[in-house]
Amino acid sequence: MSDRFMPETAEDAREIVRWAAAEHEPLEIVGRGSKRALGRPVQAGHRLDLSRLAGVEMYEPAELVLTVLAGTPIAEVERLVADNGQELAFDPMDYGPLLGGAAGDGTIGGVIAANLSGSKRLKHGAARDHILGLEAISGRGEKFKSGGRVVKNVTGYDLPRALCGSWGTLAVATRITLKVLPRAETEASVLLRGLDGAAATAAMTAALGSSAEVSAAAHLPAGVVECCGEDAAGLAGAATLLRLEGFGPSVDYRFETLRRLLADHGAVERIEAEASRRLWSAIRDVKPFAASNDMVWRVSLAPTAGAGFAEDLASRMGCSSYLDWSGGLVWLALPGDDPQAHEVRAAIARAGGGHATLMRAPEPVRAVSDVFQPQPGPLAALAARLKEQFDPHGVLNPGRMVAGG
Amino acid sequence: MTGIAMPRPDADVIARRAEIVRAMRAIVPGEGVVDADVEMRAYETDALTAYRQLPLVVVLPETVEQVATVMRYCHDNGVKLVPRGAGTSLSGGALPVGDGVLLSMMKFNRVLDIDWANRAAVVQPGVTNLGITRAVEGRGFYYAPDPSSQIACSIGGNIAENSGGVHSLKYGLTTNNVLGLEMVLVTGEVIRLGGKHLDSEGYDLLALATGSEGLLGVVTEVTVRILQKPETARAALIGFPSSEEGGQCVADIIAAGIIPGGMEMMDELAINAAEDFVHAGYPREAGALLIVELDGPEAEVDHLLAAVEAIARRNNAGSVRVSTSEEERLRFWAGRKAAFPAVGRISPDYLCMDGTIPRKALPQVLTRMRELGEKHGLRCANVFHAGDGNLHPLILYDANKPGELAAAEAFGADILRLCVEVGGVLTGEHGVGIEKRDLMPEMFTEEDLKQQQRVKCAFDPKQLLNPGKVFPVLHRCAELGRMHVHKGQLPFPDIPRF
Repeated sequence: MSDRFMPETAEDAREIVRWAAAEHEPLEIVGRGSKRALGRPVQAGHRLDLSRLAGVEMYEPAELVLTVLAGTPIAEVERLVADNGQELAFDPMDYGPLLGGAAGDGTIGGVIAANLSGSKRLKHGAARDHILGLEAISGRGEKFKSGGRVVKNVTGYDLPRALCGSWGTLAVATRITLKVLPRAETEASVLLRGLDGAAATAAMTAALGSSAEVSAAAHLPAGVVECCGEDAAGLAGAATLLRLEGFGPSVDYRFETLRRLLADHGAVERIEAEASRRLWSAIRDVKPFAASNDMVWRVSLAPTAGAGFAEDLASRMGCSSYLDWSGGLVWLALPGDDPQAHEVRAAIARAGGGHATLMRAPEPVRAVSDVFQPQPGPLAALAARLKEQFDPHGVLNPGRMVAGG
Repeated sequence: MTGIAMPRPDADVIARRAEIVRAMRAIVPGEGVVDADVEMRAYETDALTAYRQLPLVVVLPETVEQVATVMRYCHDNGVKLVPRGAGTSLSGGALPVGDGVLLSMMKFNRVLDIDWANRAAVVQPGVTNLGITRAVEGRGFYYAPDPSSQIACSIGGNIAENSGGVHSLKYGLTTNNVLGLEMVLVTGEVIRLGGKHLDSEGYDLLALATGSEGLLGVVTEVTVRILQKPETARAALIGFPSSEEGGQCVADIIAAGIIPGGMEMMDELAINAAEDFVHAGYPREAGALLIVELDGPEAEVDHLLAAVEAIARRNNAGSVRVSTSEEERLRFWAGRKAAFPAVGRISPDYLCMDGTIPRKALPQVLTRMRELGEKHGLRCANVFHAGDGNLHPLILYDANKPGELAAAEAFGADILRLCVEVGGVLTGEHGVGIEKRDLMPEMFTEEDLKQQQRVKCAFDPKQLLNPGKVFPVLHRCAELGRMHVHKGQLPFPDIPRF
C-alpha cells in the first residue's frame, strides 16, 4: 500500500510521522514537489505532502519579519513582501526550469530544506542566514521549536540554521520565521566584454575588494549568455557582470567608482535596471543550461579557484560552464550519460577544495551516484550520529542525501 | 555564590587528580600545565564574576595534536573539560568545574593566512576579535562583528557565543561571517567544516558549532570573511522626549527602507551616567537618545542622513546633531561605548542583562521594567541595540548590602521572562551559560530542550564538555534516545490521503 498524506495542520503531520516512526514506515517529505528530481531518489512507501499546510501567519514589515507555514508557495511569499517594498534578500533560485518543471513553483519549506540562495548570496548569504526560527517534527514524531522571531538570539543551539540544507532528512519543518529586508530602490550592472576566465576573475576580485558593495558578480564565457534568450540583454560573447543595488544616487556613484577602478580591465558599459534584473534572474536560475539534456553540476570553491577549475575540466572532457559568486560558484554542464563524478571531484581537490552537487541527472544515474559530496570518515560518522538523534528509525527521506542514510 | 547550582563534583575524579595532572604534563610540557591554586586563581571566573570555582587543573596547549591528545585522554578517562578563550563571557560560559580540566586556548594566538583575493582570514582561536581587524586594516579591510569586549575577547569565544555587536542588523552576527572551522571532537578526532568556499556539502554543522557555548567541541582554527571598510560613516545624535517617540522613529527609519550600520538607544539614566563620565555632548534633558549611524558610499550616506533627520523631526525629536567629522562621530559613540563603566561609577555593582524583544514592544517593556524596578527596590539603566531589538538593562545594586545581589538576580530573571512574554528571547548575544540556564523552560518546552540535548549526544555522548551550562536538567543520552511508541494501525482516518 502506498499512501500520500496531505495534512492541513501541524498536529496531523505529527500524527503521521509518529505512526511512521512506530511502524518503521519511511516517508518521502514533499512540499509542491518542485525539487523531487534533485538529490538521490528517496526509498519510501509513503509520501507526506505538506502543500496544504500553507498560509502566512504573521508579517510585520516594520519589524522585518515573516512567519509562514511550511507548505506556503514561495511565489506567494515573494509577491506579498514585494507589495510592501521588501524582499527575501538571499535571492532564492528557482530550480523549476532547470529540472524540467514550471517556473515559480515550490514552497518555503523546500527553500529551507535545500538552503536555497542565488547570485546575491555573495553579499546577503543563503536561506540559512535569514531564518530566525522554526517549528518542526523530528523523526521521532515529536514537535519542537527553536530560534524565535528576532535577529539577535543565542538561546540554545541554532537548530533553524542547522536544518537548512538537510533535505528533510532530520525533521519536517511545519512553521518557519524569516528575516525580510527592504528591496533595493533600483539597480544597474557593470558589463565588461571579451575577458577570459582569469581576466574576469581579476576584474571581479578587484570589484569585490573595493567599497562599491557589489551584490553579485558573474562571468559567462562566449556562447553561454546567448542561451539566456530574451533575458540576455542583447549580449553576445563573453560577458563579465557586476551587480549594484540600492538608492539611485548610490548606484550611480558606485558605478562611477567601478568604472574608474576597472579602467585597466576593459571598457566598462552599463546595463540599466530592468535589463539587469532579468539577466540576473536568468543567471541565478541556470537558464543557459535549462534547455539542454546535459548533466548539471553545482560546484562551490574559493572564488579565485573557480576559473582555473573550469579550465582544468574543459581540458579533460567536453563541458561548458559559467561562474557566479565572483568565481566561487561554477555551474557545469556535461553532455552524455556519465556524470564523471570522480573527475569532477578530483578537479575540485586540485583546485584547493570545495564541494560538488549533481543538480540534474536522470533518476537511474542519481540512484547510483554520490549526488552530494562524500565526507571524510569522522565527519560522515558525526553526520550519521546527528541523523540518528533526530530520526532514529530512518523514516524521513531515507537515502536522499547519502546511500542508506 | 548564590542560587545557581553546578553538577556535583565527581569524588573519584578529584581523588585521581595527581594522576590526571601527570598525564597532562606528559602531553603538554613545561608551563603549559598549571596546578597550583594561587596560579589557577586567574581562571576561577569569567566576566560573570559573582561565580567562582577553581578547576582540577589548567592546561594551555600549543598545538592541535596536544588539544586532541588532552581531549582523548579526558574522554577515555571520564574527565570533564571546560574550554576557555579570553574569559570575557558575561553568562558564566567559561566557569570551571572542580572535577574538570580547564582548557585555555589563548596560546593559539597567530594569524595564519590573509587571503586578500578571496576576502578571507584564517586565524587561530585565541586571536582577539579586534586583532583580526588590526591584521587586515592596512589594506582597508575589517572583520564586521564587533562585540563591546572586542579588544579582549577571542574569536574562538566569539564562535562559542555567536557574538554580535552594534552593527549586526546590517552586517550579521558571527554565524553570518564565519566561513570555516577546524574543530576537535571530544574523542580527539579533528574535523574541518567549510573553508574559503560557501555552503556546506552535508549538514550545516558550522551553524551548530557557532553559538554552541563550548558544549560540542574545541575550535582550533577559524576562517572568517573580511570586508572592505565602508567609504564613509556618519552618525546622527537624536534626542527624544520619551522612548515611545524614539521607538517610533526607529520603526519609521526601517519602514523607509533604510538599514543603518548601527542604531543605538539609551534611556535617561544611561544618558546622564555616560555624559558625566565622558562628556560626549549628549542632551541631558532627553528621555531617550538615539544614535543612528549610516555607512557606505558618501553619496548614499548624505542622501540617507537627510531622510533620517526628516523622520526624526516628524517624531518630535528635541535635538538632532549630525557628525561633521570623524572625530565628532567617535565622540557620539564614546558615551555609548562607555555606558557600562559609566554606570559602574554611579553604582557599586551592576548586572548586565541581555534579552531581545520585537522592536515594537520597546515602550511597553520599558514601562514594565520601571514597575519591576519598584517591586525589587532597584534601579535599572537601559542601553538598547534598537536596530535588532537587543536590550541591555543594567541593574544597579550593592553586593555589600545583604540580599541585594539576590534581588538583582530576581529582577533580572523577571526582565528576561518579560522579554519572552512579548515574543522575544532570553539572550541576544551573551549566551545562556549558567546565568540563564534555569530560565530555559520559560522559552522552551521539555520536548524542545530534549531535542537540543540530543544534538549534544551526537557530539559528546558522555557529556564531558562544559557540563552544567545551557541545559537546566541533564538527561543521560541513553534516556534521551529511548522512544515511547504505541504500535497500531494507521490511526488517522480524517487526514486527506490519496
